[in-house]
Amino acid sequence: MNAAGFPILSLVTFLPLAGALVIMLVRGEEAVVARNARWTALWASLITLALSLLLWTGFDQTTAEFQFVEQAEWLPEFGVGYHMGVDGISVLFILLSTILTPLCILSSWESVTTRVREYMVAFLVLESMMIGMFAALDFVLFYIFFEAVLIPMFLIIGIWGGGRRVYAALKFFLYTLAGSLLMLLAILAIWYQAGTTDIPVLMQTVFSPQMQFWLFLAFFASFAVKVPMWPVHTWLPDAHVEAPTAGSVILAGVLLKMGAYGFLRFSLPLLPQASADFAPLIFALSIIAVIYTSLVALAQEDMKKLIAYSSIAHMGIVTLGIFTFTAQGLSGALFTMLSHGVVSGALFLCVGVLYDRVHSREIMRYGGVAKVMPAYALVFMVFTMASVALPGLAGFPGELLVIVGAFKVNPWVALGACMGMILGAAYALYLYRRVIFGKIVREDLKALLDLSPREYATFAPLILLTIWMGVYPSSFLNFFEATVAALIARHEAALGAARLAGM
Amino acid sequence: MSPMNWTLATPEIFLGIAGLLILAGGVIPKKETFFPVSMAVIGAFVVTAVLVLGQGEGTAFLGQYVSDAFSRFAKVLILLGAALGLVLALDFNEKAGIGRFEYAVLMLFATMGMLVMVSANDLMSLYIGLELLSLSLYVIAAFDRDNPRSAEAGLKYFVLGALASGLLLYGSSLVYGFAGSTNFDRLADALVGGTAGMGLVIGLVFVLAGLCFKISAVPFHMWTPDVYEGAPTPVTAFFATAPKVAAIALLMRVLAGPFGDLAAQWSQVIWVASIGSMLLGAFAAIGQRNIKRLMAYSSIGHIGYALMGLAVASDTGFRGVLVYMAIYMVTSIGTFAVLVAMRRNGRALEQVDDLAGIGRTDPAMAMWMAVFMFSMAGIPPLAGFFGKLYVFLAAVQGGYWVLAAVGIGTSVVATYYYLRIVKVMYFDAGTAPLDARPAGLTVVMAATGVATVLFFLFPAPIIAAAQVAVAAIAG
Repeated sequence: MNAAGFPILSLVTFLPLAGALVIMLVRGEEAVVARNARWTALWASLITLALSLLLWTGFDQTTAEFQFVEQAEWLPEFGVGYHMGVDGISVLFILLSTILTPLCILSSWESVTTRVREYMVAFLVLESMMIGMFAALDFVLFYIFFEAVLIPMFLIIGIWGGGRRVYAALKFFLYTLAGSLLMLLAILAIWYQAGTTDIPVLMQTVFSPQMQFWLFLAFFASFAVKVPMWPVHTWLPDAHVEAPTAGSVILAGVLLKMGAYGFLRFSLPLLPQASADFAPLIFALSIIAVIYTSLVALAQEDMKKLIAYSSIAHMGIVTLGIFTFTAQGLSGALFTMLSHGVVSGALFLCVGVLYDRVHSREIMRYGGVAKVMPAYALVFMVFTMASVALPGLAGFPGELLVIVGAFKVNPWVALGACMGMILGAAYALYLYRRVIFGKIVREDLKALLDLSPREYATFAPLILLTIWMGVYPSSFLNFFEATVAALIARHEAALGAARLAGM
Repeated sequence: MSPMNWTLATPEIFLGIAGLLILAGGVIPKKETFFPVSMAVIGAFVVTAVLVLGQGEGTAFLGQYVSDAFSRFAKVLILLGAALGLVLALDFNEKAGIGRFEYAVLMLFATMGMLVMVSANDLMSLYIGLELLSLSLYVIAAFDRDNPRSAEAGLKYFVLGALASGLLLYGSSLVYGFAGSTNFDRLADALVGGTAGMGLVIGLVFVLAGLCFKISAVPFHMWTPDVYEGAPTPVTAFFATAPKVAAIALLMRVLAGPFGDLAAQWSQVIWVASIGSMLLGAFAAIGQRNIKRLMAYSSIGHIGYALMGLAVASDTGFRGVLVYMAIYMVTSIGTFAVLVAMRRNGRALEQVDDLAGIGRTDPAMAMWMAVFMFSMAGIPPLAGFFGKLYVFLAAVQGGYWVLAAVGIGTSVVATYYYLRIVKVMYFDAGTAPLDARPAGLTVVMAATGVATVLFFLFPAPIIAAAQVAVAAIAG
C-alpha cells in the first residue's frame, strides 16, 4: 500500500526503542535522571500512540489483504526478510499496545522510585517488541520479537516485583522459553520444507497431514503456555502477583494475547486440518480452564491472584472461540481479547491504586473503601461490571459472539462458555463486595485519599474505551470482519481439498 | 608433489620472526617490559591479520600447508581472539604480580601454532601446529607459578594433554599404516567411496579423541573445569576462545576433507560427543558457585552445540559451526572481560555471588554482562540466537531430530544458570562496589557487547564469509 511511502509500521515499532536510547544517555544526579526518564518515556510512548492512530484512520476495512506493508532484504539466501504489515487481526492489537504503554508509565509515576531509568528503558523496549511482534510478517522476525519480549519482562518482574519476585521471574522465563523453543523447531521444519519464512507465502503452502500434526503440537506447546491454557497456566498467577502494577497490566493486557494471536496467525491458516482435528481437545481444555480457574478465583485471598485466575478463564473463552471456526466465534474471540486487554489491565490498575496506599493486596485487609474513596469505588465498579460482561460494557459483545459461535458447533461447548460467565459474575462481585462495601474495620483505611488527578488521567481513557466497546462494538468488529471471513473461507477450502484428496 | 612455494606462508613466517625479535627485545632491557612487549605482540597480530587477508590460495611445503578461504576465516577469528585475550591480561597480570613479558611471547607462539593448525594439510603439520599451541598453553596455564592452583592447573593440563597428543599420534600412525599416506589430499583420494577397513576407522577414532580433548568435548572434558578455575582469569579467557576456534576448525578440516567420505563413521562419534557435551554443559553448571568453573561447563555445552552442526556433516552444518564459533568467541571474550574486571579492594573475585548488586553499582558492566548471558542462552535478537538458529536449521534439515530435541531441552536448562547470573547482578542486594576497571576492559566489553546486540542488523556478510569458507573445504 505504501511500499515507497511512509514506513509507518517501522516507525511505530522502533520509536520506543529510540526513546529508550535517549533515556540511557541521560547523565546526572539520580533525581534529575529519574525525572528526565519519566518524561522522556511518557513522550516517546505518546508520540508512538499518536503515530499508531494513523493505522486506525488509514486502515482499509473492506479487504483482508495485508496493509502498510514494508519489505526489505535481510537474509536473502535463506528466504528470510524484514517484512512488516497488518491485517484486521493484528492492527487493533498494535493500538492496544500503544494505548496501554503510556498508561502504564503514568501509573508508575510515583510508585516506582528505585532505578527509574532502567524501569522506563525496560518498558519502552517491551513496547517496541510487542508492536514488532504484531506487525511482523516473517516467521523468523516474529519469533525474534516474540522471544525478545521475555528479557524486559523478566527484568521488570525480577527487579521491581514483590516478595517472591525471583521465583516468579525465573518461572515465567523458563516456562515460556521451553514452549517457544519447540516452536522454533517447527519454524525450522517449515522453513526447510517451504524454503521461506514469509507468512503470506506460507499461507499458500500446503503441508502434509502428518507434518501438520507435529507442527501443530509444537505451536501448541508455545502458544498454550503464552495464552495460558490449563494445565500450563501455573506461571501466570505467580508472575502477576509478583510483578509491579504496570507489569501486570502489560502482562494481562498484551502478553497474554500473544498466544491467542499465534493460534490465529499460524495454527489456523497454516495447519487447517490439524486445527480441525485438535479442536475437540482445545474445547475440552478451554472449558476446563473456564470452570476450574473460575472456581479457583472464587477462593483467592489475594486480589491480584484473583484477577490473574479470571484472566485465565477469559482466555479460555478466547481459545474456545478461535477453534469454533465460525465468523461469530472468531470475531468474538478477537473482541474478547481486546476488551480483556482493556478491562483486566484496568482492574490491575485498580488494585495498584489500593496497593500504593496501603501496601497490601490481601482482600481481607480491606472493606468499606467506598466510604472514603467514592470515585475509586465507581471506577472499580465499571471495570468489574465490564469483566462480568454486563451488556453495554466492553466484556459483553465478545463473550456473546463466542457463545453464539460455540452453539453452532456444539450446544454443550456453549454451555461450558456460559458457565464461565456465571462463575465470572460470582467471583468478581464477591471481590467487589469484600473490598468496597461493608464497614471500615481498620483505622488506617479511614485516612485513604481518593483518586489523584494523575490517576484520573490514567483511568479516563480506559473507561471511555470500555463504554465505547460496549455501546458501539461494530466500530471495532468492522476491523476484523473481512479478515475473519477470508480466514474461514480459506480454512473451509483447505478442509474441502483435503477431504477430496482423502476420497 | 607440489613445490615448496614457501611465500604462501608469509603470515606464519612473519609471526615467527616477529616473535623471535620481540623475545630478544624483551630480554635485553634491565627493567620489566610486559607492557611494551604486549603492545608489540598485538601489533604483530594486526599485521599478521592483514597478511592473512591478502594471502593467496594453494598449497606449500610439499603439500604440508594449505591456504584457502576456510583458513583465512579461521585465522582472522583466531588473531582477533588472541589480540583481545592479550588486552584482557594487561592490567590483571600487573596486579597479580605476573606481568612478565614471556606471557605475551608465549601467547604469540601459541597463536602461531593455531595458524599452522588451521592451515595444516597433512597429519604431520597438524601435529606440529597442535604441539606448538599445547606447549605454550601448558606454560601459560601455570604462569602464576607461586599460586598452587595455577601450578596444579598447568600440571593437570600437561599430563592429560600429553595423553591426548599421544592418542592423536597413535591414531595418525594407524591412518598412515592403513591408508598409506598422511597427506590430506591423498587420503581423500584413497578413501573415495566411503569404504574403510577396521584399522583405518580405529585410527580415525583415535585422531578424533585427541582433537576432542582440545575442544573439551564430552567424554574428554575432565580437565576443563579444574584448569579454567586454577589458571589466572585472562589465561582462562584465552583458553576459552581462540584455541577452541582453532581446534574446531582443525576438526572440521580433517573430517570434511580427507575423511569426508567416511562421514557415516565419524558422524556417529561426533553425535555422541555432541549430546554428551550439551547434557553435561547444561546440568553440571547448575550447581557451580565459582563463575570460572561455571563458564567451563558453559563452554563444554557450547562446544556440544557446535558439534551438532558437525555431526550433520552437511554444508549447512559446517557453515552453522563456523557462525556459531565466531559468535561464541566474541560473546566469550566479552564475558571474560567482565570476569577479569571483578576485583574488590585489589583482590580478584571468582564467585558468582560476588557479582551481587552490580546492576546498581556498575550499571554499564551489568548491562553488558546481561547481554552476554542472554546471548549465550540464545535469546533473540542477540547474536547467540543466530548461532543456535543455524545449527538447529542444519540438524532439522539433516533429519537429526534427537540432536535437535536434546539441544532444545538443554538450552532451557542452560538458560537457568545464565539467568541466575542476571538475577544475582540485578535482583540481589550487593555489598561494596567493585574497583574501578581499566579502560581497556571497558573498551573490550563495549565492543563485543555492541557486536552481540547489533549482529542481527548485518548477519549476511558473516554468513556469506562462512559459506565461502565451507565451500573451500567441503566443495
